[in-house]
Amino acid sequence: MRMLSRNATFNSHGQDSSYFLGWQEYEKNPYHEVHNTNGIIQMGLAENQLCFDLLESWLAKNPEAAAFKKNGESIFAELALFQDYHGLPAFKKAMVDFMAEIRGNKVTLDPNHLVLTAGATSANETFIFCLADPGEAVLIPTPYYPGFDRDLKWRTGVEIVPIHCTSSNGFQITETTLEEAYQEAEKRNLRVKGVLVTNPSNPLGTTMTRNELYLLLSFVEDKGIHLISDEIYSGTAFSSPSFISVMEVLKDRNCDKNSEVWQRVHVVYSLSKDLGLPGFRVGAIYSNDDMVVAAATKMSSFGLVSSQTQHLLSAMLSDKKLTKNYIAENHKRLKQRQKNLVSGLQKAGISCLNGNAGLFCWVDMRHLLRSNTFEAEMELWKKIVYEVHLNISPGSSCHCTEPGWFRVCFANLPERTLDLAMQRLKAFVGEYYNVPEVNGRSQSSHLSHSRGQSLTKWVSRLSFDDRCSIHGR
Amino acid sequence: MGFTLSNQQQLLSKMATGNGHGENSPYFDGWKAYDSDPFHVTKNPNGVIQMGLAENEMCFDLIQEWVLNNPEASICTAAGVNEFKDIAIFQDYHGLPEFRNAVANFMGRVRGNRVTFDADRIVMSGGATGAHETIAFCLADPGDAFLVPVPYYPGFDRDLGWRTGVQLIPVACDSSNNFKVTRAALEAAYEKAQKANIRVKGLLITNPSNPLGTVLDRDTLRSLVTFINEKKIHLVCDEIYAATVFSQPSFISIAEIIEEDIECNRNLIHIVYSLSKDMGFPGFRVGIVYSYNDDVVNCARKMSSFGLVSTQTQHLIASMLSDNEFVERFIAQSAKRLKARHMRFTMELAQVGTSCLKSNGGLFVWMDLRRLLKEQTFEAEMVLWHTIIHEVKLNVSPGSSFHCPEPGWFRVCFANMDDKTMEIALSRIRNFVAQYKEPIAPRKNNRYWQSNLRLSFQSRRMDDIMMSPCMMSPHSPIPQSPLVRAT
Repeated sequence: MRMLSRNATFNSHGQDSSYFLGWQEYEKNPYHEVHNTNGIIQMGLAENQLCFDLLESWLAKNPEAAAFKKNGESIFAELALFQDYHGLPAFKKAMVDFMAEIRGNKVTLDPNHLVLTAGATSANETFIFCLADPGEAVLIPTPYYPGFDRDLKWRTGVEIVPIHCTSSNGFQITETTLEEAYQEAEKRNLRVKGVLVTNPSNPLGTTMTRNELYLLLSFVEDKGIHLISDEIYSGTAFSSPSFISVMEVLKDRNCDKNSEVWQRVHVVYSLSKDLGLPGFRVGAIYSNDDMVVAAATKMSSFGLVSSQTQHLLSAMLSDKKLTKNYIAENHKRLKQRQKNLVSGLQKAGISCLNGNAGLFCWVDMRHLLRSNTFEAEMELWKKIVYEVHLNISPGSSCHCTEPGWFRVCFANLPERTLDLAMQRLKAFVGEYYNVPEVNGRSQSSHLSHSRGQSLTKWVSRLSFDDRCSIHGR
Repeated sequence: MGFTLSNQQQLLSKMATGNGHGENSPYFDGWKAYDSDPFHVTKNPNGVIQMGLAENEMCFDLIQEWVLNNPEASICTAAGVNEFKDIAIFQDYHGLPEFRNAVANFMGRVRGNRVTFDADRIVMSGGATGAHETIAFCLADPGDAFLVPVPYYPGFDRDLGWRTGVQLIPVACDSSNNFKVTRAALEAAYEKAQKANIRVKGLLITNPSNPLGTVLDRDTLRSLVTFINEKKIHLVCDEIYAATVFSQPSFISIAEIIEEDIECNRNLIHIVYSLSKDMGFPGFRVGIVYSYNDDVVNCARKMSSFGLVSTQTQHLIASMLSDNEFVERFIAQSAKRLKARHMRFTMELAQVGTSCLKSNGGLFVWMDLRRLLKEQTFEAEMVLWHTIIHEVKLNVSPGSSFHCPEPGWFRVCFANMDDKTMEIALSRIRNFVAQYKEPIAPRKNNRYWQSNLRLSFQSRRMDDIMMSPCMMSPHSPIPQSPLVRAT
């Protein structure tokens, strides 16, 4: 008899994907400004480190929130005992207000429809447990966050059927691709329970257009299925077109609680990206469906948010001056940082998808591939990791259908490190591809290996070292 | 492909619409009465006193003092804010090394340093609730089973079975031998499963026991280890109440047993722990999976992504539990206060002819009210329970909700209130027992009989639960009643 469960025995946790393997290499040889200047620069981690100063200065001015105090009284015991899976009312109110503010106050959200979870990881898994049975499926546009394979499929037994998006239209969702995915599921005898999109998109770094959102709503309405919108990056939409939440579109289309689709549209949120607090494990589920809220609330028992953290963030997010200022500064700094990355890439003759959100760029290195294959993409990726010493994420790990795309993060490292990374990349492209820079764009798509290195050098035995920490999106 | 849009239930999973969450158990029903009429020493002195909640409020003064004296333990104070960024960004599912070290250190000290724990085997989870589910996901497939001695904590049905599809098979224990787990009972339960073609993957024990408040003796523990090794099944030991043992016989951890001269495949041994009971921190969600099986450690660690401990909390705990002087003082004081509280409680009860199972740990007593039952049935137990809630105004937990095979037992918690409240609770019990020398029979016009409290054990339909706002959850928001989950 197998001693452990199937969950434990097979690797459906997805952590053998290249996305995570790159981490391993970084962990072995991390860049340090002083101690390891030749190390690997981490650009595979979608973290937001740009605005901690704002939070730290708020903390300095608001010592009570930190010291387990409220109105001068110690509330330590009260907090330590508080395990109500409905969450601290003040915190939920602050969360929905913050979410509404990010949406330009174009929507009002009800704290009673919010369920707190231990990060978006838990929120997404909980949604799937609530909406689908083992063997059923959700449709997800590619490319998508590699963690979804674990979060949505592993313990739930639910399948993901991809909606194949391509660069021909900037990876947007179309009626055709939606329908094709649905048919594919039918062919595989998988009952589709919903569509899950990430908006703004990871890894594309773009916001969904109003048109796409209308399309999605019509589609789920027509098929009678759910729509989950993971809006974890909603606060990172730093330039136009502005972020449009699915909640806003529901309102636009006069969908209210009397319309059927109202109850089948749900949102996932988290403070890990917008506020840069992934360690605090603050995720949320928002649903208009009372049954989903009730079931998800019970399930949140398996991953509640620490009351200590709820209390701190409740105070922080209730400070409207802070939130207003933070949202604006965050946009400003992200915009600048993205601009630096894009210009650095251009100098290396590399372009990227025109992005307006997120903590990364979707970079086009198709012209650097030996052939239009995923093998060639892996070869290029390994060179970038082992020779250029940059950890970036290959598109294949995001299930992209076209080889040659890479996700490169820009908000998790200091500017000077970003500059260094771009210099390395430029040098690499120059050496390997002998491509002269003309107006910042590469002239040739033909590859010539100037060094004649054997490709087998790049095939390494990437044994899975469990010391890899793996949440970063 | 299409299905009726009007039937909302079809659009959700079976898991979401079923009753596997277990919140229909009568265990949670008593909360309703408490929630609608909660005791307050000045504002509502006639309200229902909450004695269904296994919380430890005995030592907050010590903790508060420590927090005040250690501002750097909080990443938000002037003393600690320089660490804010690094802590807020840290999402490694291995957890902060200092956190794991501190927890391993604490676990060892709670066991009198008779064993040490390896920090690399400490895996985080969303409370013990998350730990149990994770263990079940790691060890068993849907349809597999765990043997669990009765009576057991009602939450296990949800924690181990709801989303995992795992079933629990009771191992019969009764008062004839003080609810001890016998080899015969284990064999019988195992055989029953075999006959029903159910694959048993493990045995789950809680030591110290909830709801009994007793510890397992060395012989019993050894026989359990022998049993699981013979059957080649896992042993999951929930030691969440380890530091609540306040008198002899001492607590013996499974960690100690496997170091003795006994044949044991360590890959079968796993411990669930938490700071919710020993420290009184249920709100901080610090659950631990500790396994001697490397594959389980690896798998559980990956699964911990679904319920990591907030790094803000990890940081605080790391600081607190590596303060050895504080830890030793806390453990000693906690035991002392629990002992005093327990002694006062049991002595007062004994004086009015009410006995409890002899216990030396936990945050509760296992009260024997069998003589007050009109007949030895669970229906009679429910009647008695309703009387206790509505007339005596105490929320206690009926034994049936713990799957106790004998009617008439009640779990009564004593560590979640101050001395004053406890005295009031005791006086109510004294009056009640004095009044009801005869077994309780239902009165014809007893309005409580007609109340919404369920009298049957059938599961409610989902819409019943939805329609009744109080039953949406047995929880109340802070500050009226700080607790939400009866544990």
